[in-house]
Amino acid sequence: MRIRLDPDRCQGHARCFGLSPELFDVDDYGYSSLNFEGEVPTELEEKARLAIANCPEYAIEEVE
Amino acid sequence: MDWASDFDVLDPQYIADPFSVWDELRQSCPVAHSSRRGSSWLPTRYEDVTALAHDIEHFSSLEVAVIPFEGEAPQEPLLAYGLPPISADPPLHTWTRRLLLPWFSHKKVAGYEPLTRELCRSLAAGLKEAERADAAADYAQQIPVRVIAHILGVPPELSDTFTGWVRDVLEFADDQQRRRAGMQALIQYFLTELDRRRANPGEDLLSSLLQTEVEGEAIDDSLVLGTAALVLIAGVDTTWSAIGSSLWHLATHEDDRRRLLSDKEVWPLAIEELLRAYSPVTMARVVQRDVEFAGCPMRAGDRILMNFPAANRDPEVFEDSDQVVLDRARNRHVAFGSGIHRCAGSNLARMELRVALEEWLAAIPEFSLAEGAEVTWAGGQVRGPRSLPVVLR
Repeated sequence: MRIRLDPDRCQGHARCFGLSPELFDVDDYGYSSLNFEGEVPTELEEKARLAIANCPEYAIEEVE
Repeated sequence: MDWASDFDVLDPQYIADPFSVWDELRQSCPVAHSSRRGSSWLPTRYEDVTALAHDIEHFSSLEVAVIPFEGEAPQEPLLAYGLPPISADPPLHTWTRRLLLPWFSHKKVAGYEPLTRELCRSLAAGLKEAERADAAADYAQQIPVRVIAHILGVPPELSDTFTGWVRDVLEFADDQQRRRAGMQALIQYFLTELDRRRANPGEDLLSSLLQTEVEGEAIDDSLVLGTAALVLIAGVDTTWSAIGSSLWHLATHEDDRRRLLSDKEVWPLAIEELLRAYSPVTMARVVQRDVEFAGCPMRAGDRILMNFPAANRDPEVFEDSDQVVLDRARNRHVAFGSGIHRCAGSNLARMELRVALEEWLAAIPEFSLAEGAEVTWAGGQVRGPRSLPVVLR
């Protein structure tokens, strides 16, 4: 599983970081970024789906 | 009352139960209109509320009060820019928001947690020996104002005074005189505080703003004053309402209370679900130029009441939207707004809500609504219980 975070959509709700801190970082302004490269570790796929399903700005998505 | 064409957000029945009104409007007239207190629109669908929030070109934040001021706003001319960044559009919004955000980052908010916990623990300890308590007035209401006072570097002993001003401005906004007096007292207080900080800078937000330079120049005083007023006004009533509504829920839903007591894992989702179901805050927007939205002919100057609480109850987006499902996994709620005006204090509010519930439940695991108790709710801009009598057992 791969995911993408669109920084232009992110408004700093920090929902992804709050629910799945294993996969995301937040900066001092509240904006999120992925803290890994490449595939989501298998054991964290559920966490990635949770982050996607809780982002109010639809800024995170799964990519093929 | 005809809710589709003549709604009144201050109607006592609506304040007590807005949910059934929204359900009906989503079916019959998803963007309602009223000419009370000026021409205004009330969207109730998630899709519409979020679309309006993102269209900053047509819908400006220059006026965000749900109840409009009659006549000249009381802060003129001291607050030439209003309360930035909440009452600003880009470009002013962009840079004033960047000054504020680091004070409410995750890292910074983690630093405010110990004092919040200490405060909640001591409040709960003071209540737990009695048979009854007012969970809103004696607990929820006491918490955010003291945390905000710490951030602003103002004395916690003045908390009741601050709370009084904020209620004058938000809760009693329909009493124009009272609201005006509250706003003036608050501005006057911060004017004096700014002078004090200039002479003796501290480590607080106000001192820092006074020392900040943007493009080589100090920030205009009215911007510092506006930001100070914003932090107090936006950080008190709102969070206390979320804490109060959540305690109301736990006092009336034993299963959910038991689950929070026994299941640590569910907390992160549960906090978001309580925020969704009992979102306290509605903000306004003002239409910039005539536009048709969702089939409604909106005129320049009309107000839009950004009904984030109703969006969060939309069955199109949330399964069993009227049920609190503590472990709800799909929850794109907009309790903190949507788009560029996402609540700057959302990390702080979320921390305060969590710590307030943790400490209440640790001290008072068993409680319920007092029999025959009169729960009173405030509404309009911010919805939450003002009196919440509970029996502790």
